[in-house]
Amino acid sequence: MTTREPGQTRSDRSPWNWLLVLPIVLPLLTFLFNADEPRLLGFPLFYWLQIAFIAVGVACTTIVYRMTR
Amino acid sequence: MNGHTTELVIFTLLFLVVSGMGFVAARWRRPKDIASLHEWGLGGRNFGSWITWFLVGGDLYTAYTFVAVPALVFGAGALGFYALPYTVVVYPLVFLVLARMWSVSHVHGFVTPADFVRARFGSPTLALVIALTGLVATMPYIALQLVGIEAVLKAMGITGHLPIIIAFAILAAYTYQSGLRAPALIAFVKDTLIYIVILAAVIYIPAKLGGWGSIFDAAKAKFDATPAPADGITLNAANQLQYVTLAFGSALALFLYPHSLTGVLASKNRGVIKRNMAALPAYSFLLGLIALLGFMAIAAGTKPVGTDGNTIIPRLFDQMFPDWFTGVAYAAVGIGALVPAAIMSIAAANLFTRNIYREYINKQATDAQEAKVSKLVSLVVKVGAVLCILLLDPQFSIDLQLIGGVIILQTLPSVGLGLYTRWFHRGGLIAGWAAGMAAGMWMLYLIPNPAKGKAHFGGSAFALKNLGLDTPITMYVGFLALAVNLVVAVLATLAFRAAKVAEGEDATSREDYFADEGDPKVKDLDLSAAH
Repeated sequence: MTTREPGQTRSDRSPWNWLLVLPIVLPLLTFLFNADEPRLLGFPLFYWLQIAFIAVGVACTTIVYRMTR
Repeated sequence: MNGHTTELVIFTLLFLVVSGMGFVAARWRRPKDIASLHEWGLGGRNFGSWITWFLVGGDLYTAYTFVAVPALVFGAGALGFYALPYTVVVYPLVFLVLARMWSVSHVHGFVTPADFVRARFGSPTLALVIALTGLVATMPYIALQLVGIEAVLKAMGITGHLPIIIAFAILAAYTYQSGLRAPALIAFVKDTLIYIVILAAVIYIPAKLGGWGSIFDAAKAKFDATPAPADGITLNAANQLQYVTLAFGSALALFLYPHSLTGVLASKNRGVIKRNMAALPAYSFLLGLIALLGFMAIAAGTKPVGTDGNTIIPRLFDQMFPDWFTGVAYAAVGIGALVPAAIMSIAAANLFTRNIYREYINKQATDAQEAKVSKLVSLVVKVGAVLCILLLDPQFSIDLQLIGGVIILQTLPSVGLGLYTRWFHRGGLIAGWAAGMAAGMWMLYLIPNPAKGKAHFGGSAFALKNLGLDTPITMYVGFLALAVNLVVAVLATLAFRAAKVAEGEDATSREDYFADEGDPKVKDLDLSAAH
């Protein structure tokens, strides 16, 4: 916890928050992943790319947390 | 015996170990006095990152999820995979929102989302509406956890309801005694078992079935051969919008459920919540793998017990794993039902106590009285869930849970948007809620399910041609109902304001939404209970 100057108003605003939009929007764009080919380790694109979006989500939330705490 | 003896012995042993932990949990991180909702119902509001991760993960990813999601993938293919984008989208979506909810709840000692709405909009009526919506949405969810246990018992050849009654009686007893500490402690075992089982499954089973490539090919061949146009290993033109709106709508709904918020409010500061938003997607990865078990069942030629699609995954385990490991897997699902069932019943009990009992029955209720009422109600809720399964067709609970997702979304303008703006009029929010509920019910009523021979309440995919549009496209009901809710809430707010109807007092102030652990304004609840 950072100690703050008295009188300084707190806020949760930060330009870093915009990074959270990426993992919210990406998994909803079906045209990016709605296909069988190319396959990765036998997984159709539809499955491996959506699983890969988890990593995008983790990266974005971690960055926003670290940059705004 | 029936050839499932080894499985049964391991299942029973693990179940008993966990039950023992449930009773011991009352002594874990022991408070000086457990007789308050902050202790019994929120575990002392002092859980750190690890406990919160296990608790919230154990709560959101339920036994029913573990059997129903792969069963859906088994039956419909790609559409069932919506559970993955849903749980990817949800954490960044609520990252800032939950931190605000935690802060304002900590400053004012809120225990339920309806507590917040009561203070924010100065309206007991709106709070009652939110509380009742939460109760109605949560109850069938608890009953569904029994469906999860039952699927496993059926696969072990056990019929009859006695084992379920015994399991829930034990669960009720230790939840009564230990409160939220019980599921928090058990969640460690539950989640560890689930991770072991699923990681083993996704390595071991594909190896036996000739690799992932052939699993997906087998699924593709099956769906290509069926006449149904909506299935397949990818989406088609008609169900893409359904996939997206279902994933997004479910993500919006998840943390509106009172039981999801219970785990969040039990954490000790804002940092714990934000770290968890980055760490909880580990469960999403697990859920993605679990969903793919549905395709493995297709490739393995697994057949359900009778017509119960939920037994697909237990049957797959039985078919693939050695007996002892099948027992572990079944225990993982069975214990997986206990954690959410406990948290849901606590959340439902808290709603009743804070927003009905204290509001309308005993306005001067002490902390100890509140805790006592909540403990008793948590028992009533579990008896109700068992009766639902014993007396009614389990399909009824499944239908209700489907409806539950739609109606809990109707609390979003009050609870979710309320954290950001006080613009809405309390009357406008009630009007929007009513309109959203009516629209949602009407749309659900119109959805048939030919596969199950149902004319109404057959699913959540609303065909837009019902609105007179010439298109095969379907959309998630909850999403459309929420749109109706928002439009009505805005118009009614403008109308109430024009008519100068009283606004209601806002008991919260701006800085409350950013308060953190250690701030002088935060009530130190542990100490207040002790002295």
